[in-house]
Amino acid sequence: METEYLIAIEEFCTSHNIEISFISSLQQSGLIEITTKKESSFIEADQLKQLEKYVRLYYEMDINLEGIETINYLLQRIGSMQDEIRILRNRLRVYENE
Amino acid sequence: MDFVDYYKLLGIEKTATPKEIKSAYRKLARKHHPDLNPNDKDAKRKFQQINEANEVLSDPEKRKKYDQYGKDWQHSEQFEKQQQYQNQNRPSQSGGSRYSQTQSDGDFSDFFESMFGGARGAGRSRQVKYRGEDYTTELQLELIDAYKTHKQTLNVNGEKIRITVPAGIENGQTIKIAGHGGKGINGGPDGDLYITFLISNHPDFKRSGNDLYTTVDLDLYKAVLGGEITIETLSGKVKLNVKPETQNGNKVKLKNKGFPVYKSEGQYGDLYVTYSIKIPTNLSEKQKELFNQLSEM
Repeated sequence: METEYLIAIEEFCTSHNIEISFISSLQQSGLIEITTKKESSFIEADQLKQLEKYVRLYYEMDINLEGIETINYLLQRIGSMQDEIRILRNRLRVYENE
Repeated sequence: MDFVDYYKLLGIEKTATPKEIKSAYRKLARKHHPDLNPNDKDAKRKFQQINEANEVLSDPEKRKKYDQYGKDWQHSEQFEKQQQYQNQNRPSQSGGSRYSQTQSDGDFSDFFESMFGGARGAGRSRQVKYRGEDYTTELQLELIDAYKTHKQTLNVNGEKIRITVPAGIENGQTIKIAGHGGKGINGGPDGDLYITFLISNHPDFKRSGNDLYTTVDLDLYKAVLGGEITIETLSGKVKLNVKPETQNGNKVKLKNKGFPVYKSEGQYGDLYVTYSIKIPTNLSEKQKELFNQLSEM
């Protein structure tokens, strides 16, 4: 059986001094997934990096949820374009004389 | 290190209100924050400067000292004590501001660097962090190294990390080594280590995805009459049948003799061999005569 690494939402919110409602909004927007076990809510550890990023965008940079959604989408697009550039650059190397 | 004008950095006047400072900081943070500029070292550097400026100017105490003592603000307490001492012992001297002004003209420039260290340290302690920082590094490989799965030891921030480099890794590809970044805070998980591979070009083989390309010289006689040649591949020598009447620039595909497919054991791309036909030189009289005969046939 695979081990799941879960972080309690409540603990996360206390540690970051943020409202639980913010996490619920992120979930409603589909930006994060929440796991519920024994009436407690958790996020998987591999989502922590993203979640902390959303917290910084919202609380430190004053970007609202719609803005975060847009940024998230655009960063994903940038990521795929960077991958594509890498592949194309590697293809170009076939024609380089080194 | 030169004096940094925090007001200039944030693009605000010295009379800026806390609200204006916050607004200027947020505006610049939205532009330069590493979250919005992944893998951009310039943005990270710029953001650190902005953060530092905000750290000082958004704290009334620090701002007051910064405004009063300029670049030596961190040592203002020291100044103040010295000033007090001077005033007590030489009451005839004029006010402390003159004294500190004289000192700050150059005597305390050595303190400047330490001032930034202090400011950054304070900034970190104020931020709530849970997960450790991610580290990024680059690893240079030869094409032949990327051909086989192998182990390699990396030195990251003084810590030796042994990693497995899977065969078929691509130039510019980044892999994540979970938990080898910065230490987590307050019991949080450690950050990750991201390694970007830089693979040098090989003098004889070019790679495109999982396929390899090479050019082999072929003598005229074999090109005309056909025959067997032995060529080098990354997995060793292979024999190749050359068809009669092969033209210069003709290409043949050797299936599964290309590069291993990343994380797909036993799967390989193809090797494309381009023939470069070499015309014989320094012909003997006999050879020239035979070529003449051929040309007249």
